Amino acid sequence: MTGIISYGAYIPYWRLQRSTLASALGSGGAKGARAVASFDEDTTSMGVEASRIALRGVSEKYSPQSLWFATAEPGYLDKTNANAIHAALSLDISVNAFDCLGSVRSGIAAVHAAACGTSIAVLSDIRTGLPGGSDESMGGDGAASFCFGSENVIAELLSTGTSTSEFVDRWRTPGDQASKQWEERFGEYAYAPLVEVAFNEALQKANLTAADVSHSIFSGLHARAVKAAPKSCGINLDTLRDDFAATLGNSGTAHWGVMLANVLDTAQPNEVIAIVVLADGVNVILLRTTDALSAHQKQQDPSLTVQAQIAAGRNDLSYAQFLTWRGFLHREPPRRPEPDRPAGPPSLRTAAWKYGLYGSRDESGFIYLPPARVSLQSGSIDKMEMVRMADIRATIATYTVDHLAFSMSPPVVAAVIDFDGGGRFQCELTDVDPATVKIGDRVEMSFRKLYTQDGIHNYFWKAKPVRAGVK
Amino acid sequence: MASHGIRDKVAIIGMGCTNFGEHWNKSTDDLLIDSSSAALASAGIALDDIDAFWLGTMGSGLSGLTLSRPLKIQHKPVTHVENYCATGSEAFRNACYAVASGAYDIVMAIGVEKLKDSGYSGLVVSAPASDGTQATVTAPASFSLLAPAYANKYGVDEAELKDVLTRIAWKNHRNGALNSRAQFKKEVSKETIAASPLIAGQLGIFDCSGVSDGSAAAIIVRVEDAHKYTDRPIYVKALSFVAGPAAGPIDPSYDYTTFDEVVHSANDAYKQAGITDPRAELAMAEVHDCFTPTELVLMEDLGFAERGTAWKEVLAGTYDLDGELPVNPDGGLKSFGHPIGASGLRMLFECWTQLRGEAGARQIPGVGQKDSVKTKALTHNLGGAPGACVSFVSVVGSELD
Repeated sequence: MTGIISYGAYIPYWRLQRSTLASALGSGGAKGARAVASFDEDTTSMGVEASRIALRGVSEKYSPQSLWFATAEPGYLDKTNANAIHAALSLDISVNAFDCLGSVRSGIAAVHAAACGTSIAVLSDIRTGLPGGSDESMGGDGAASFCFGSENVIAELLSTGTSTSEFVDRWRTPGDQASKQWEERFGEYAYAPLVEVAFNEALQKANLTAADVSHSIFSGLHARAVKAAPKSCGINLDTLRDDFAATLGNSGTAHWGVMLANVLDTAQPNEVIAIVVLADGVNVILLRTTDALSAHQKQQDPSLTVQAQIAAGRNDLSYAQFLTWRGFLHREPPRRPEPDRPAGPPSLRTAAWKYGLYGSRDESGFIYLPPARVSLQSGSIDKMEMVRMADIRATIATYTVDHLAFSMSPPVVAAVIDFDGGGRFQCELTDVDPATVKIGDRVEMSFRKLYTQDGIHNYFWKAKPVRAGVK
Repeated sequence: MASHGIRDKVAIIGMGCTNFGEHWNKSTDDLLIDSSSAALASAGIALDDIDAFWLGTMGSGLSGLTLSRPLKIQHKPVTHVENYCATGSEAFRNACYAVASGAYDIVMAIGVEKLKDSGYSGLVVSAPASDGTQATVTAPASFSLLAPAYANKYGVDEAELKDVLTRIAWKNHRNGALNSRAQFKKEVSKETIAASPLIAGQLGIFDCSGVSDGSAAAIIVRVEDAHKYTDRPIYVKALSFVAGPAAGPIDPSYDYTTFDEVVHSANDAYKQAGITDPRAELAMAEVHDCFTPTELVLMEDLGFAERGTAWKEVLAGTYDLDGELPVNPDGGLKSFGHPIGASGLRMLFECWTQLRGEAGARQIPGVGQKDSVKTKALTHNLGGAPGACVSFVSVVGSELD
């Protein structure tokens, strides 16, 4: 039996209230909010965060063959984005890292590929559109990660169904900031038969009927087609699960992954989950939860469920800040030089540090961040062991708010943090209110994109406050 | 560790210092020509009389050619040194050793920095290619870490500490107002200082030293030759330079209320100079007040106040021009300005001026006279950030021991 053995969803901290669009633009302004990736996040960094959550739920023996990363908004072309995730997760050099890029349907490809063996599928997306459009207000940002395997399966893969058709509904030319869409009613027409074909195929392969489905997940960027699909499948509408339209928005490639993570957070054993994704065709995945799910839910950190992450969000992001973060509004920078691009050779030499946040520990137990070769106390050379710090929490020893430093979102909040069990590190704080930071505050590490220079994304770690109510 | 020092082996016989400030109409070359000419005139000698040169600049040029080209130096050794914001002091220290060794008879130490051509706010330092993981905080942010840590350790509340920092800036502006060479030649009210826009942490714009252009130079000879050039040479009593393991940012035991490097260099310098009670014995001190909390912490690190008490001494006026131990009588980095490579030599220039009784309106009472009891002055110059810096301390005096 193969299937999902662990999962994680990552919801960025920031929410844009749709009402702010109405006050800024004089029109639009639907109800609810959308999730917004911070200025220092991209699909790769969010993929890391979702995967870190997923990997908390696997045993130390879990040894994936491949990591498959899917997004419609990649940080790089030509260069494999999955490699930074691979590095941040400190996966073994023998593990493959692959991208499935460009289209929303890529997420299905990543999961299909990962489900063939013991592999990880990472789905991540940042959605936006031109100011005032529905993609801008109804889109959302987020990521989901699924570890597949055959031991301790929490959701067995029962079957898949598919249909493919070439038609012009939604498209985006590489380099464009927003996608375009054909008249809505045409897409609804084109998707309708594709849904039935794929859904019926999946049911037949699994020897199930629509009535056997306990939780159904319908996802796609064509809102009308998605809304019409459950009826044509004959699904009991009570099984429809939260699509987060009111709270997060549609996160495209990652969206059904986030919805699935939410279902798995509370599902009972032995329930059938139907996933129907409308994206240039239709893909259906049928899963059945197992007895192992209950144990998995029990050991999960309650602050990392989808609902807990939604509740922990910060609701007062301004529209101007949102536009700035997404590159639609060019603001006056501080009168300071832009940072240098991270250089290739040193970034390779220090990859364990830069991506994996490894320090070194000497004979006395002193931890060096970044890793050092010479002991501070004894002077001994190369008597060190490497130690991963990324998942250890820390306490703020002192901090400052820097109004002068270059940042896409000033001020920079810099802190000196002391890790539990040793190790001091000076780093930036993120997802933080400068006015409320205090000495003694608890923080945890988060993988971020510090800045982009000469097209090179400078990925590294920042600290963010541990949210209240976290164990 | 052996550190024998060169007490009373070399002497300064001439100094020059340009005005510090925004020299839109002067280049690095101009500043070097002006300060070196002034130093030569002060010593009553010509450029050809100099055997060797030590040039300190952090970013205004590379190699000895930065000095030899504008001055048209004819085939003499010119050494370029760099040691962050202590660059000028480092040029002076190495020049002194060259004379003490007997290698040369007359040498020049000269420092220069042209900061105002960059077009940026604050100090800009170019770094070698890196992996992009270094903390990107600015200098005021790094030094602002001292303030909450000090307040927290010694139970000073935030508003009280702000008063202390404000008073340091106020004092240095008041001193600078008496100095025609200073970048900011005017007093600033405490209200204005306290209300200035925040730059980093608790630090407002008036808590930061002036970003400026400038140059200063000294001419050094063996003590036995000094009186050939001047009746009032200034003798070098101690030179100490310390670089530490830069462990503050990685060592949880470092609490951001002290500079270990300063403590080490001060102790070494006091030993070289035979000073046991610096607060009582020194006539004055020029210290590295890059930001106001730096001066606060330095008062304790240099032994001018007991640990945890410098904030009270500041409020009591101990370090005022007419206080028990005047600190930064020339206005310091705060109001004289901080052209990096020149600052260490600018500090020595104030010692030279005060100990010779030539400081005019800001002359410290009882200093620089024939019968003065206190004849020694200290300079302190540091580069880097709290927990990871280089520190220089010198002691100079107008009398041989």
